Amino acid sequence: MRSEKAWAAVFAGPAVFFVGLYLVLPTVQTLYLSFFDRNSRSFVGLDNYRYLITSSAMQTAFRNNLLWLVVFTACTVLLGLVLAVLLDKVRYEPVAKSIIFLPMAISFAGAGVIWRFVYAYRPAGATQIGLLNEIVVALGGEPRAWLIEQPWVNNLALIAAGVWIWTGFCLVIISAAYKGIPRDMMEAARVDGANEFQIFRYISLPALYPTLAVVTTTMIINVMKIFDIVYVMTNGAFGTEVLANRMYKEMFQFRHFGRASAVAVVLLAVAGVVMAVQIRRFREEEGR
Amino acid sequence: MSAHRTVGAVGSRALLHLVIVLACLVWLLPALGLLVSSLRPAAAVASTGWWTVLATPFDWTQYTLENYHHVLVQDQLGRSFLNSVLIAVPSTVLPVLVAAFAAFAFAWLRFPGRDALMLTVVGLLVVPLQTTFIPILRLYSQWGLAGTFLGLWLAHTGYGLPFAIYLLRNFFSALPRDLFESAYIDGASPLTAFFRLALPMSTPALASLIIFQFLWVWNDLLVALIYVGGSPGVAPLTVRLSSLVGSYGQEWHVLTAAAFVTMIVPLSVFFALQRYFVRGILAGAVKG
Repeated sequence: MRSEKAWAAVFAGPAVFFVGLYLVLPTVQTLYLSFFDRNSRSFVGLDNYRYLITSSAMQTAFRNNLLWLVVFTACTVLLGLVLAVLLDKVRYEPVAKSIIFLPMAISFAGAGVIWRFVYAYRPAGATQIGLLNEIVVALGGEPRAWLIEQPWVNNLALIAAGVWIWTGFCLVIISAAYKGIPRDMMEAARVDGANEFQIFRYISLPALYPTLAVVTTTMIINVMKIFDIVYVMTNGAFGTEVLANRMYKEMFQFRHFGRASAVAVVLLAVAGVVMAVQIRRFREEEGR
Repeated sequence: MSAHRTVGAVGSRALLHLVIVLACLVWLLPALGLLVSSLRPAAAVASTGWWTVLATPFDWTQYTLENYHHVLVQDQLGRSFLNSVLIAVPSTVLPVLVAAFAAFAFAWLRFPGRDALMLTVVGLLVVPLQTTFIPILRLYSQWGLAGTFLGLWLAHTGYGLPFAIYLLRNFFSALPRDLFESAYIDGASPLTAFFRLALPMSTPALASLIIFQFLWVWNDLLVALIYVGGSPGVAPLTVRLSSLVGSYGQEWHVLTAAAFVTMIVPLSVFFALQRYFVRGILAGAVKG
């Protein structure tokens, strides 16, 4: 086929156009804008980045993103792993899996409302209408304002909502990989007298490492961009702001496009590291 | 010895079930609370916990559709529902179509720069959308695309392409090579090969991708917030819901009903087509 190149242009052209216009060009432009003032008129060097490091609002956002990064990633991946292994042992696995996977289908905004309601707070003595405080009171504790107490309680409360949404994703992927591990290997170990924990530790877990790496990477990419949950549940009040929410505020509330771009560049830098890993993985897969 | 062992086995079996059932409750109860509360009268929602209905779940007099009437008519969620449909359908069809053509080129046509382009696409999978907002928003203001359906459709097309191309290319390149070669020998053009061979053989992958992209757009809050904001004629359900959270704060009968309205479509899709949804997630995360 001599006209193969022409066909390729017809087939891939529109995609290249869209990806270029909506992803590549704007990313380069944002990088450029991050060195300019609020209206992108005059060059300000590293001023915006200096602001990112020195302002207390940004420091809070960085701290919270780091907290999200560690707690959210650890909880979703670990819960996904534990549930994948446990559910494999029961007959009602499909039902349980569907239940845990369900939040993946709904919007984070909707999930935010669900969890705001779970955390609803009434002062001690009043009838609680939030599920969590009802449980706390029933166990003899004092009701708490989960979304107001800073810095740990409210941030962890938001992260819990995030974990509720994303664990199903980790579970489904890890479970699929777990079921791909040859069963006779486990059986042989069992016959040789290994207990369930040893089988998990020395057979299942090593076999799952590549999958766990993929899932962890995906979670890290997600968590850096986390926006909806915070926007709907607290809108960053009481020290719960994260980078993406900060950027939104710099854009629409403070109209400072230089700073907003600089925040975006930080998000991009983190993604860049992850991206390098991703591309290397893709190359290795292609090479096989 | 065997008696001791059996007691231990029964005990750990019971513990296993307990852990799983507990996990399922943690995932189920928050969502159930939302559904139940959306069906209770305002006064009841504000004065007692939603779980009190569980004492007499089939006492139909304690339920009402009043809250749904309130949000659909008074808060104009009906209009937002229509907007969500008008946004999600073209924002699904367009990127899937563009991606399918491109994926075919990447999988089966030889052209210069193919591998570099594909690597770019893989890399773009992790670029945070945040880095594109400011330049595109400016472009949109100049072109009059801000606050329009068209602007959102095009943006979702650009944003959805990397994942769609990645997923479809993996699927296309797994199709047997002989098939295309014999088609070309018979004088078929790439266009014929694409429509007659590649597409029909990829229905499962296409179904997964369509569901995935549709749910992504339907549940999207951030992109809609940036490009159309709160304008009621265009804003989708997620944007409207988050602004209701701002204005209704603690009026849970309204908020729960509004949140459930945003979830009806994703939940139906999920229950009807869960298989494809899961397959899409698996294909995106682990190759093959």
